[in-house]
Amino acid sequence: MSAELELVAGLEVHCQLATRTKLFCGCPNGAAGSEANTAVCPVCTGQPGCLPVLNKAAVALAFKAALALDCGLAGRSVFARKNYFYPDLPKAYQISQYEAPFALGGEVRFKAGGSERRARLHRIHLEEDAGKLLHAVGSRELDCTLVDFNRCGAPLIEIVSEPDLRSAEEAHAFLTALKEILLYAGVSHCDMEKGELRCDANVSLRPKGASVLGVKVEIKNLNSFKAVKEALEHEAGRQAGLLASGGRVEPETRLWDAGKRRTEPMRSKEEAHDYRYFPDPDLAPLVPDPRWIETLKASLPELPAARRARYAESFGLSEYDAEVLTSSSSLGGYFEESVRGLPAEAVKTCVNLITTELLGRLHAEGKAVEACPLAASSLGSLASLIFKGTLSSKLAKEVFAKAWETGKAPEALVAELGLAQVLDEGQVRGWVKAACGANPKAVADLKAGNERAIGALVGAVMKLSKGKANPGLVNRLIKEEAAA
Amino acid sequence: MKISPEVVSKIAGLARLRLTEEEAPLYQSQLGAVLDHMADLAGLGAAAVEPGAGAPGLSSVLREDEPEAFQGREELLANAPEREGPYFKVRKVL
Ligand SMILES: [Zn+2]
Repeated sequence: MSAELELVAGLEVHCQLATRTKLFCGCPNGAAGSEANTAVCPVCTGQPGCLPVLNKAAVALAFKAALALDCGLAGRSVFARKNYFYPDLPKAYQISQYEAPFALGGEVRFKAGGSERRARLHRIHLEEDAGKLLHAVGSRELDCTLVDFNRCGAPLIEIVSEPDLRSAEEAHAFLTALKEILLYAGVSHCDMEKGELRCDANVSLRPKGASVLGVKVEIKNLNSFKAVKEALEHEAGRQAGLLASGGRVEPETRLWDAGKRRTEPMRSKEEAHDYRYFPDPDLAPLVPDPRWIETLKASLPELPAARRARYAESFGLSEYDAEVLTSSSSLGGYFEESVRGLPAEAVKTCVNLITTELLGRLHAEGKAVEACPLAASSLGSLASLIFKGTLSSKLAKEVFAKAWETGKAPEALVAELGLAQVLDEGQVRGWVKAACGANPKAVADLKAGNERAIGALVGAVMKLSKGKANPGLVNRLIKEEAAA
Repeated sequence: MKISPEVVSKIAGLARLRLTEEEAPLYQSQLGAVLDHMADLAGLGAAAVEPGAGAPGLSSVLREDEPEAFQGREELLANAPEREGPYFKVRKVL
């Protein structure tokens, strides 16, 4: 992109609420992977004469999302019919909210390019999902379209941001922070692969520092974090190229093709958003009891930003460590349980074990923290053994691996494997003397002032002690030996 | 109120209706009559009345989040013009 242009983007995020049933009927929610049309009923397949009845849990989760995002809650919101013809929509309208959404305003804070940024939210509204269309079976293109309504009527919230994002990186960071908050608040499972979080973007370019907005292009089909970043980078490049060559950006809707990594104009000429919204006469306005809202507010857990601040404050964690440990609610819970009862000085040791060993291992095995085979209390004991000097960090790794595989407590493993560090001065001195005797050149170098020669001697001692000699003690005794 | 033939054809298009040459003027006058009726209502001095789509004073009744399996799946599929296995079958859209 040329230097004088800046990207202006806003996101529209659809998030599937983690309820048991659909938005307006008792069919199970989240049956998208089951056999086609097994979670359907007259309401969600649009049979004549049915009436929708709003799901209380969906409203509760939607309100919790709004409260967690600092939105203002409307005392009265109205469901509207969005009319269009497409086979994924059996009623030929989608029940959504239009003029009177349930939440307005709000913001998401995130970090991008090393600085604190925030994007304002425009609104959040409740709506039902559409069904799923099948155009091919495997690689075989069908000569018809097949329709599965399992997902039809699933409860969604659509979160619309203001055009406050200035780069693809910011959009990515915004979405990451938003997802974190929604997960913490228990609003959604936010699994993008399952379509529980979907994203469209509005993208335009303008001269840097200008306050007017450029011509806006809507990009649909951003179904992963990577897609959001790549599509915005690509679209910014495309628009800059058009402008640089004297062309014009057309206001249009484009689809992101993740395979070809480019946006393409939408093929179907949908009658330019003429949805003829009107209030749904089947549903009365949603007027929540303020006392219920207070209960929902009180039920919100500690959110990531508050938790990060608390970790910095009460455990003295660095910003980076606090961020890693709060990246999911369950990881934070694991951390807090592991440091319970640990002396303050050992907390950092414990944090290091989590951020390096534990997360590395979980990542390699594709496991979530919830499925971690090592109990949080065991990790705490391991940190304590390192802190007390019983284990060197090298031996701790060995104990960690064994505890991971066997589920045994670290203390028991140390005893069983005879891995405790040797702190006995006499015993360590014996190894040091033997090592010095076997490496006269290293000793001579060390005597001559070459500090680096100590490495070879430490290595020799560790070999003799099978890694059990306490490194601090080894260093001191080698220096004493060389000075003698 | 007069509605132009272009507006009639646009509305028909949005409703997926193909109007014959005889039908178009008929709908043109009928839609005009609907708007005339609305204009009559607007003339009644109802500006102070809250616009509403249902009976006034009602608010949404909420349902508990308890799954309820519907047993008539076969009947739903049978209601469709065409099916293929567990799917509803429609004309190719892509
Ligand atoms: Zn249903």
